Amino acid sequence: MTFDWSWERAQEVLPLLLEGFKITLLATVFGIALAAALGLAVAVAGRAPSRLVRAPVRAVTEFVRSTPLVVQLVFAVALFPGTDPLYVGTAVLGIHYAGYTSEVYRAGIDAVPRGQWEACTALSMSGRRTWQAVILPQAIRNVLPALGNYAISMFKETPFLAIITVSEMVRQAREYGAEHFYYTEAFTLAGLIFLAASYPTSLLVRSLEKRLGH
Amino acid sequence: MATDQPVKKTGPEDAPGGTSGSALVHFDQVVKRYGDHTVLDHLDFEVQRGKHVTLIGPSGSGKTTILRLLMTLEKVSGGVIWVDGEPLTHRRTPGGKLKSADEKHLRQVRKKIGMVFQQFNLFPNMKVLQNIIEAPVNVLGMDKDEAAERARGLLELVGLSDKIDAHPTQLSGGQQQRVAIARALAMRPEILLLDEVTSALDPELVAGVLDLLRDIARSTDITMLCVTHEMGFARDISDTVMMFNEGRVIESGTPEKIFTAPEHERTRDFLGAIL
Repeated sequence: MTFDWSWERAQEVLPLLLEGFKITLLATVFGIALAAALGLAVAVAGRAPSRLVRAPVRAVTEFVRSTPLVVQLVFAVALFPGTDPLYVGTAVLGIHYAGYTSEVYRAGIDAVPRGQWEACTALSMSGRRTWQAVILPQAIRNVLPALGNYAISMFKETPFLAIITVSEMVRQAREYGAEHFYYTEAFTLAGLIFLAASYPTSLLVRSLEKRLGH
Repeated sequence: MATDQPVKKTGPEDAPGGTSGSALVHFDQVVKRYGDHTVLDHLDFEVQRGKHVTLIGPSGSGKTTILRLLMTLEKVSGGVIWVDGEPLTHRRTPGGKLKSADEKHLRQVRKKIGMVFQQFNLFPNMKVLQNIIEAPVNVLGMDKDEAAERARGLLELVGLSDKIDAHPTQLSGGQQQRVAIARALAMRPEILLLDEVTSALDPELVAGVLDLLRDIARSTDITMLCVTHEMGFARDISDTVMMFNEGRVIESGTPEKIFTAPEHERTRDFLGAIL
């Protein structure tokens, strides 16, 4: 494969790639939403007074973080045959990343000063209200930039979905290449599209970090 | 009123009879240990309703621990704390015995008690008004408009009417502490705990906060327990001053007696060192 570039081929492959990019974006948006919600639930459950809650939560997150994403994807598809691989893949992305976001939330919760908890106790607030009105708003503010970084990182890992036959962008590029024996244009453009989406997002995350005073 | 003589060393199970007389707060042989370190050693004292009691003594003598136990921020290692004739640290079983309190019991009993902290501990994610009405609305179930109306009154009392829409971070330390005082009062506590409330303030802001607390002490019937290093303030507001040393009350009495004619040598040394 030499680097001979054809604008015609580029034009031909671009619509296919953009079609794939829609899938990529869809998987990322829903994946990160799931990771954000599930990670929060895991982090809060990890602080439960009862060991009966903490231990299984801990075990599941350890498992999720100790096995590769690809293995989890293939395993999940085998577990739910007949379900659209895009759905399965997005769910697995979300669960996989929840293993990491839960740690981020945990750090964010730990960073809320003990005095805040004590003030809630001194005002006789319920545990639920303490979390809802005082701890989580402060913790989530602390961790927004870190969550943004995980969103970018998940975005770049969506090509793994190709393994379970999801037609995301990189799979589209590979299929085009396999068909026409020209990979250069397809993969270069795919790379540029990733860059065009990731870079502004990471600038956004950085400005968010600055604004929140990190 | 207070004594450091642990006459009988009884566990809570042996003495479920409650408190003697009309004391609002009764520390009954209270022990607090952290590991091997005993912070409070069979502490026994009472506070009558409406009285203002100041706890003085060297750092690490267990004064703040007393407030934290009363606020249920910590658990006793032994003994019972009674509030208004009811066990705070324990709950009564149907058989009349006392068992360690669970969270449900604690949530019920701690409503009578409010606390102002050294570090203010305002909620930075809420404006001043919301800081004050959060608990009245969500804990006491007060109507939101009514709570806001009362909050306005309290802000006027603490001299911060114009800061109702400010964020805590926009306020000076002294202003934050005033809001914290208003927030504690909004819960209408019977007992107000003040834990070194001016220790974190810049010197020029101390007097204003202490003046406010003097006003509150004079104009309300709230029972106050106060840990402070401000001896002038202690002398002004206290009915009783209790001198602590190594987890024991070594001397207690009226401010006149403690500050002008302390009996105990340790008290004389302490006052000599800080006055």
